[in-house]
Amino acid sequence: TTKTLDCSAATKRLLQEMAGEGVKLIGFWGSPFALRVKWALKLKEIQYEYLEEDLPYKKSDMLLKYNPVYKKVPVLVHDEKPIAESLVIIEYIEDKWKQNPLLPEDPYERAKARFWAKFADEKCVPAIMLAFRTTGEAQEKAVREAREHLKTLESGLAGKRFFGGESIGFVDIAAGWIGIWARVTEEIAGIKLIDEEVALLDTWFKDFLELPVIKECLPPRDRLLELNQGFHKMLTAAST
Amino acid sequence: QRGHSFRLQEMGDVKVIGAILSLFCTRVEWALKLKGVEYEYMPEDLRNKSELLLKNNPVHKKVPVLLHNGKPIAESLVIVEYIDEAWKENPLLSQEPYERAQARFWARYSDELVMVVFNACKSQGEDKVKAIETALKSLAFIEKEITGKKFFGGDEIGFFDLAMGWISYWLNVMEEVGDMKLLVADKFPSLHEWTQNFAQVPLIKECLPPRDKLVEYFTASVTYLRSLAAQSP
Repeated sequence: TTKTLDCSAATKRLLQEMAGEGVKLIGFWGSPFALRVKWALKLKEIQYEYLEEDLPYKKSDMLLKYNPVYKKVPVLVHDEKPIAESLVIIEYIEDKWKQNPLLPEDPYERAKARFWAKFADEKCVPAIMLAFRTTGEAQEKAVREAREHLKTLESGLAGKRFFGGESIGFVDIAAGWIGIWARVTEEIAGIKLIDEEVALLDTWFKDFLELPVIKECLPPRDRLLELNQGFHKMLTAAST
Repeated sequence: QRGHSFRLQEMGDVKVIGAILSLFCTRVEWALKLKGVEYEYMPEDLRNKSELLLKNNPVHKKVPVLLHNGKPIAESLVIVEYIDEAWKENPLLSQEPYERAQARFWARYSDELVMVVFNACKSQGEDKVKAIETALKSLAFIEKEITGKKFFGGDEIGFFDLAMGWISYWLNVMEEVGDMKLLVADKFPSLHEWTQNFAQVPLIKECLPPRDKLVEYFTASVTYLRSLAAQSP
């Protein structure tokens, strides 16, 4: 009987592990970086406790404790062990839970996926953010660069439906949110980032964001607009 | 003999497009050497980039690029992870997911610090003071990570150490050229000790570029960038 009990405890533990017991996500509803971690957790069917930070003006002691280096969201806390930086978190999720893999098996394909996720984060995003917070000539330059980088990102799609192929994967969840935030930026800053010049990318954004598992996690657009309008006012006032 | 040619077949054709002074390129060489992978080094003149480089890294047009059986991979940390996955022996990353996450986190942090230190090196006045302050704060975090350990990876060097590796050699050159002191032994004793341990490992040491050439390069870069800054409106 003891043996059976031991087996049950072990199985129970395994099931809990698989479901992600002891997993907390510290995030902010308006953060695209927290959003992509949510997507990863959802795709892996991990149960977790979500803890909302009262950003942008307050940071909880908990956040400062779990992410002393950057003091930012998102932070994943698993069995009291924190991980920061959303792409690092997503790779952790991929390593820890083997179901529904986000990365392909082939090392070369994995390298390409990491390359494109990095490109989106290091080139597309900063350029879009710069276009968002500047005006005049500086903004024009930022818009040109952002458009160029989005065109390059499009080349990574290489005629596939999603970066992950027929189904979504690492790069899709790493960069798909840009489809929303770029449009918010366009509306608020009065610029054009995504148009017929990146028609394939535009289609990819639409297809990705329409997927139920993705759509369900999106923050309400009007709230997002309002939040970013506030940022825009502050940032453009500061730069003049 | 048969064993040798089987090994070569296993490895495939491996080329590194690089520049010997680049810390990002040395990182890739370290990884290949740790794995025992033989490769051909194809040095680039970055002022006159080759067709080979432009063709194989059209997005960034930068070194390093790894070519494995003709297939190109760019971005040094992406390359190092690729090397770890393509050749299974002597793993560079731990098998344990949390440790892997930590190594990846600090590797990115390390790359950010390269830019901060270079910025401190080339800046003057208030900008320099600020950059030095940021660098020192960052080094304090890194000191915590190495305290109590011989290497960042534990008893053996791994991904984490390779990512931090520039601190054991390039940092000091930037300190000299930038006329600043960052990695002071009594402030960061564990990190300082690690720089000694790391740079002494034979296959690490053998990839280090000549120091005088590095000093020359950084001096020229800083002079050039400062002159540009002096011309801006």
